[in-house]
Amino acid sequence: MTASETVTPELSKPVPARAQRKPLGEMSPTAMVGLQILLGIVLLVVWQLCAGRLVDKFMISSPVDVAARLWGWIASGTIYVHIWATVYATVYGFLIGAVAGVVGGLWLGLSPFLSRLLDPYIWAFNALPKVALAPLFILWFGLGINSKVALAAVLVVFLVFVNTFAGVREVDPDLVDSLRLMRAKRRQILTKVVLPSATSWIFVGLKTAVPYALIGTIIGEMIAANRGLGYLVQRSGSEFDTAGVFAALVVIAVLAVIFNEMVARVQDRIQGWKVVSR
Amino acid sequence: MIELQGIGKTFRKGKEEVRAVSGVDLEIEPHSIVALIGPSGCGKSTLLNMIAGLYPPSEGRVVYQGGQVSDVNTDVGYMTQKDNLLPWRTVLDNVALPLELAGQPQAKRYEAARAMIRQVGLDGFENKYSGELSGGMRKRACLARMLLYEPKALLLDEPFAALDAQLRIAMHDLLLRLWAANKQTILLVTHDLVEAITLADRVVVFSRRPARVAHEQLIDLPRPRDVAQVRFTERFHEIYNAIWEKLREEYVEEKL
Repeated sequence: MTASETVTPELSKPVPARAQRKPLGEMSPTAMVGLQILLGIVLLVVWQLCAGRLVDKFMISSPVDVAARLWGWIASGTIYVHIWATVYATVYGFLIGAVAGVVGGLWLGLSPFLSRLLDPYIWAFNALPKVALAPLFILWFGLGINSKVALAAVLVVFLVFVNTFAGVREVDPDLVDSLRLMRAKRRQILTKVVLPSATSWIFVGLKTAVPYALIGTIIGEMIAANRGLGYLVQRSGSEFDTAGVFAALVVIAVLAVIFNEMVARVQDRIQGWKVVSR
Repeated sequence: MIELQGIGKTFRKGKEEVRAVSGVDLEIEPHSIVALIGPSGCGKSTLLNMIAGLYPPSEGRVVYQGGQVSDVNTDVGYMTQKDNLLPWRTVLDNVALPLELAGQPQAKRYEAARAMIRQVGLDGFENKYSGELSGGMRKRACLARMLLYEPKALLLDEPFAALDAQLRIAMHDLLLRLWAANKQTILLVTHDLVEAITLADRVVVFSRRPARVAHEQLIDLPRPRDVAQVRFTERFHEIYNAIWEKLREEYVEEKL
């Protein structure tokens, strides 16, 4: 991006300004953000104009109604208990799943015997649609928040596990050998070579798992709950309250964006060497 | 110092068997530099791996300082063609790694590492990551790291193969100066006959696969040697031609 910006003024000197047109793909970031906001506004206006004229409001509600519903929830404070329930279950589910996935991946990655022994079972369990476990978790953990935590965790654990396992397997055996020759103990090889070199893989797993933690929580809340954003979507839908459904979806989307951004920040901080070496 | 007694090694890959080394007897005296030379892929690196104890020989035994090598030989420093620096560590942390593994406090190991980095001429690059270094700098960092834990024997597997001619001469000079100070036993695998004669006390020529000792030649060039000039002396040429005769036989056979 910066390269194209610095080059263009020189190029444009001999050529009349009118003939010089930058490809649209190379637009500056600020201009692009402006365009993106504009596109959003246009879509909202089109939605607003269609609602009640071209399409029944029962189907698509309207931006003004959705905003009013959102504002109502915020003003009365009723939304916070739902946001909190969802955030709590997502974060706990993610943490439990992530820790279990990393530990399991490291353990099996370092033990060829165990990984061969458990291989068919792991893949069979991985192929199972985990959402189908929800009724079981509700039986085990009740209608409360714990069954949502469990569902989020079980969705997360496999993604993290598979990536960690692959990361451990991808560790350069020459690096391990060179450390063994330097009198490294087993634990030192794990902390100085295996973990750092698997970090980028583990992060890929964690990053892909974040939306799944949210999905697990929301689905759990939609099946059986008395709070949470999934419950809010479900309840609004069953009350034929389209504006309420859209308002809840907006809150969920905002949450998803915040979670993703947090993981990206953490990764940048931990993997400084990768940024530097490029 | 290092003794190879009737060493043979066969690799199995599925049903295929590859005989890499066959009946090698070799003795390496302490404090000497021995160069192993031979056609590519003839099993010289396999020999080094067995001396380092990374895998056992199929036949025979490796004796290191009177004891049989049965596990990873942590008394040797091993420098492979590939530089095994940890990419997520800076030069300083890479070089200090052996002392870190030995549990030395940070201040002490950094001090030793800085001194070694200065010796190999890498000062000013302590805080760079290995991805930011050139090939020659990475080799220097590897050399510094290997020397820091003071191994009594160095195994060098074509350590300078990827460097350009000038840099290689500079590295030869560095290696000989460091050796003159510390007198380690050095076992050097190389393709480059000039490099072998310039550095070594003895050159061992290997046959094509399976590797056997085809010829041994003592290098009686006086030390200290001027690595840039020694190759133009008359004695160097005599030795060069004598070894080249034998080496050519192996290469000719390889083509047939």
